[in-house]
Amino acid sequence: MPNNLLEIQDLTKEFRIGGMLSRKKMRAVDGVSFSLPGDRPVILAVVGESGCGKTTLTKMVLRLLTPTSGRIVLDGQNCLSRREIPDSRFRTLVQPIFQNPFDSFSTRRQVIKYLMDTARTYGGAKSREEAVQAVSKALKSVGLSYEVVDGKYSTQFSGGELQRISIARALITSPKIIIADEPVAMIDASLKINIVNLFKQLKDEYGISFIYITHDLSTAYYVSDYIATLYRGNLIEYGPSKDIMEKPAHPYTDLLMSSVPHVGERWARGVRMTDAETREYTMTCCRFSNRCPYATEECRRERPAMTGLGGERKVLCYHPLVKAEE
Amino acid sequence: MMRIENLTAQYQTITGPVVSVKDVNFQIKDDEIFGIAGESGCGKSTLLKVLYDVTRYPLEIKSGRVVLDYTDRTGKQRSLQSGEISKAWWDAISYVPQAAMSVLNPVYRIDEQFYELFRRHRAGEGEKVMRERVVQYLNELDLPVDVLKAYPHELSGGMRQRVVIAMATFLQPGMIFADEPTTALDVVVQKSILMMLMELQSRMKNTLVIVSHDMGVHYQITKRMGIMYSGSLVELGPTDDIFANPLHPYTQMLIGALPKVGDRTTREGISGGPPSLRNPPPGCRFAPRCKKARPECTQSVPEFVEVAPGRFAACHLLNR
Repeated sequence: MPNNLLEIQDLTKEFRIGGMLSRKKMRAVDGVSFSLPGDRPVILAVVGESGCGKTTLTKMVLRLLTPTSGRIVLDGQNCLSRREIPDSRFRTLVQPIFQNPFDSFSTRRQVIKYLMDTARTYGGAKSREEAVQAVSKALKSVGLSYEVVDGKYSTQFSGGELQRISIARALITSPKIIIADEPVAMIDASLKINIVNLFKQLKDEYGISFIYITHDLSTAYYVSDYIATLYRGNLIEYGPSKDIMEKPAHPYTDLLMSSVPHVGERWARGVRMTDAETREYTMTCCRFSNRCPYATEECRRERPAMTGLGGERKVLCYHPLVKAEE
Repeated sequence: MMRIENLTAQYQTITGPVVSVKDVNFQIKDDEIFGIAGESGCGKSTLLKVLYDVTRYPLEIKSGRVVLDYTDRTGKQRSLQSGEISKAWWDAISYVPQAAMSVLNPVYRIDEQFYELFRRHRAGEGEKVMRERVVQYLNELDLPVDVLKAYPHELSGGMRQRVVIAMATFLQPGMIFADEPTTALDVVVQKSILMMLMELQSRMKNTLVIVSHDMGVHYQITKRMGIMYSGSLVELGPTDDIFANPLHPYTQMLIGALPKVGDRTTREGISGGPPSLRNPPPGCRFAPRCKKARPECTQSVPEFVEVAPGRFAACHLLNR
């Protein structure tokens, strides 16, 4: 079996909630495991509602938060140890793209300076000329040019353009993995598709793997090879996008899918839906059981284990909507 | 019913006026869900402001007018023009804003905010009746009565938006405007809020105007819709017809760019960005991004005309 590019094993993050002396803990990410293969680039979409732990998960992978327990293995090395993978090397391998491009760039600094800095610090450019070259190459691959961006401030760009620039910035170090946290949430529906198409193109051209964090299942399906569904900190379903979209196994993935306002089929009228609650984080049984239409006694007593459904699919549910292959 | 007649609205700026709604002409009928779609910066929020009569400096109406015809509580027919529509706020016309947190007062409990509304508009009906009515209304909407005792920050984003919708509809206005009511929310919550709006509309038989940039939302809930581009309407008609057979190239591209669950074929987005309102291109404003543009498109502005019964569009290609 080839070495995995990124392996996340049993990753957990606990936060203390309540007052200063409170001992009450909340598991924002609870025993999440998945991997990105090393032999080919893939796009993994991590989907879930706000508060499902998506952002905590990304922050841990990006080294912005230290996990409470679990392992992250990058290219066969322990990613949590700064001795094994120093920050300087880590930042060339893994690059982020954030949700709001207007927050990523200061309004008082020229946007091009951020790109030049990245090229000089992490991109290995030894001189200004080399840096300019690296930056123009990156900008070209997202459909912009050095001349267009040079000398401008973030307010002079539209959201879509600025998001392209932040993708270009991430490309400068020729990373292996790009982690994109809700990269299209702030962008108009009509321009979303351009950004998502760019991911596909970069994956094919440069062999970059993406972890694409989103709550928008329509773009997730459109672009990704694998989908992982998070719910209240648990990874509840994982598998190839095509299989999941054709037949989701977890009732929650099914709910998410039926909530996308897509064109072609109208929603059934008169369906009542319940809201997510923070209480669910402290539940020791299945955390979806309060909202689940199929929940039984068993679900309210104990949390199910991750079970394989044949192939690469797994689901955290006692009553999956898809039966396991014999 | 609301009639919008040759409306042009502009913002006063240091460097001169910027026209952000230009020659808009349409009607919103009674008992329908009407949608307004368009990219950010196309003027849809400005249009909504003018319709709801919050035209304060630097925004002003340059020409044209908005007329609201409605039946008041005593059953009398009334007609108000822009400038007077604010008299009918809450009773005949109300507004659901985008960010529910910023319209609820953070230091009052929800019940006080409900009661204040009641006291101002239904004074003389007594405190007891008021309390009963509020509780009854929340029950009708399936909202937990506990929210009345909560402060806004104690509620989730979705619940806050539901409370704001409950307040906006409490006095049963004939027309409700909602500006991107679900933008900051998750898909699951978004669906439940849209369902709530639809149910309210079918129960009260009033008019709901939804502004959103998400074509999927429009498809799911609106009956008729208008598409705005750079301050003007480019297409208007029944939602089903627009999705089945879009007339304007911009609408065609908007619909073509939508990803679909179950379809992974490559889709094309719209390249470029909307033009600057300060320095709009001559002729059709969509021409620089339009793949079907012809020489005449950059020379004269196409008229917004009825192409087929009930279907309007502004495009030179349709007039040939």
